[in-house]
Amino acid sequence: MKPQTLLDKLWQEHEVKRRDDGASLLWVDRHLVHEGSHHAFAKLDARGMKVAEPSLTYGVADHYAPTRGAPASADIARMISTLEANATKHGITCFGLDDPRQGIVHVIGPEQGLTLPGMLVNCGDSHTSTHGAFGALAFGIGATEVAHVLATQTIWQKKPRSMRITINGQLGPGVGAKDIALAWISKLGADGARGHAIEYAGSTVRALSMESRMTLCNLSIEGGGRFGMIAPDQTTFDYVAGRPFAPTGDALGQALSSWSQLASSANAVFDREVEIDAADIAPIVTWGTTPEEALPITSTVPDLKTLSKEEAQKLGETLDYMGLRSGQSLSDIEVDQVFIGSCTNARIEDLREAATVLAGRKSKVPGLVSPGSKLVKAQAEAEGLDRIFTDAGLEWVGSGCSMCVAMNGDAVAPGKRCASTTNRNFRGRQGRGARTHLMSPAMVAAAAVNGRLSDVRPLLVGRDVA
Amino acid sequence: MSGWSTHTGLAIALDQENVDTDQLIPARFMSTPRSEGYGQFLLNDLRRDEQGRSRGEHPLNRHPEATVLVSRRNFGSGSSREAAVYALVDFGIRAVLAPSFGDIFASNAVNNGLLPARLSEDVIDQIITQLGDTVEPASVDLQAQTISLFGETLNFEIDPTWRQKLVNGWDDIDLTQAHADAISDYRTRRAKQQPWIFPAGDGAG
Repeated sequence: MKPQTLLDKLWQEHEVKRRDDGASLLWVDRHLVHEGSHHAFAKLDARGMKVAEPSLTYGVADHYAPTRGAPASADIARMISTLEANATKHGITCFGLDDPRQGIVHVIGPEQGLTLPGMLVNCGDSHTSTHGAFGALAFGIGATEVAHVLATQTIWQKKPRSMRITINGQLGPGVGAKDIALAWISKLGADGARGHAIEYAGSTVRALSMESRMTLCNLSIEGGGRFGMIAPDQTTFDYVAGRPFAPTGDALGQALSSWSQLASSANAVFDREVEIDAADIAPIVTWGTTPEEALPITSTVPDLKTLSKEEAQKLGETLDYMGLRSGQSLSDIEVDQVFIGSCTNARIEDLREAATVLAGRKSKVPGLVSPGSKLVKAQAEAEGLDRIFTDAGLEWVGSGCSMCVAMNGDAVAPGKRCASTTNRNFRGRQGRGARTHLMSPAMVAAAAVNGRLSDVRPLLVGRDVA
Repeated sequence: MSGWSTHTGLAIALDQENVDTDQLIPARFMSTPRSEGYGQFLLNDLRRDEQGRSRGEHPLNRHPEATVLVSRRNFGSGSSREAAVYALVDFGIRAVLAPSFGDIFASNAVNNGLLPARLSEDVIDQIITQLGDTVEPASVDLQAQTISLFGETLNFEIDPTWRQKLVNGWDDIDLTQAHADAISDYRTRRAKQQPWIFPAGDGAG
């Protein structure tokens, strides 16, 4: 038999049927739904159908979840109550606003042990690739597909091509998973992995914690990859064991022996191979309006004079939107506010990383810190991280997608500039006319301390960096 | 969804790379029921100023009758929001021509009868240049996989499964129900081999 990639193994494991045209009908082990599922439930209702597997379906309020008090409008409140009503009607467990386990769907799936190695995980959200960090086949789907999964617990897909991104070597201080992701996306483009499922491999990836692996897989879609995955290992198993929905006792033993098979064979052939040296990666920030427009903090905004007329015109429009000057040093860019949160970077390690920089320092600009879940929030408070943020002058708020997607009313005002731990610097993403710079939690903390985009490394000297 | 084989309409250029789904429909409009129509929200922040006034210079404001949109690489990148497709479809767009599409967007498009047709960068560049600020009659033939424009017949690329789905107007739920027995057998097997997938008490199938 041909040596198999992790993708091959997971695909084969979930294939119920393959049509002559190559499309596979895949079994879905976990289906996570948020407020955006209202279109899909309406489709189901229109057909008079029930949810096929309510016990494999979990609801969570996150996209519209308020972070400071009550929902900001009647429309927003209705989105949340509709989700809760649909969950009740169909017998689905829902982590609603009042549930102590509520949080961002891609934070609480792993946190609750709902996400396990070897699973197929679907959610109507493009950052579902996050769950691939456990060695799962996890991908975002649209509303029609959500309705299909609700109705049948399966999904039709054509197998993507395989792509391996291998990162070897030691990351420098102040450099982490966010920088690795922005490094490959800026190198290959925002569509660099289109049509491919990415497997991250190499010694650098092996050394990453589960939180960092989730950040890396989360950002796969920003490089066009619908799937990102990492073969599970002891780090994964240690994280999973003891989680509320994870197997225990004999079942855990049985699961572990199955999970340990989930790795690409040594001589498996990938359709595409990319290699990156960890030592080459510096702390990175985005300067434009797509995640591919990212550069090390020590660089300058591209110089229009060096470009062709057409390129210069396009880039000029981006610089106008972003309010930047051609050739300007990135570390001269002043920010109006900061945001620490989102499914990309709001887990406990992300908060610790930002707190390491902010401890004993003041933020020169206002900002929000929104933990990824209520349980992350509680843990951070037990560790005293909340005090570090509030002492620095930042606001410590509730859990949800918040200012990453600006659906719950947390938005950046037109023309304002935000250093953000989120995943998209698209025009208008954080609010109409908002100017977003993506970077790691440590780099956002550095931007807060200096009031401008800054290299975090000097701020870490003499501090205990995890 | 009803299928279609041919479409004749007006082509228009949207000369931008990476038209992401946040631009196609800003998130703040997504709590609106579909019955109200999403066409009004299409590219809102580009088509309207902050006071909500229409920007006359935007191509889709100049020619709202256009039905074939020609744009640059990585069209529909970003979030999985199907509302981006609803906005295009409700506006009247039937086909988008571009060198490449976001994977989730393209899949959502086909599920709503919208054709994501791929043409090479060079051909797209030529069409966009020729169109300039004008509209031009265009005919799409799904079976032949061609677009006729400026007196030329151009081939486009699309996954054959997706092309067939657009032609037939297939609904996947109906198709899948024909495989109910295979799904049921799979579930029984999975519950036996990997019982931990099924939360306590539900592992027996």
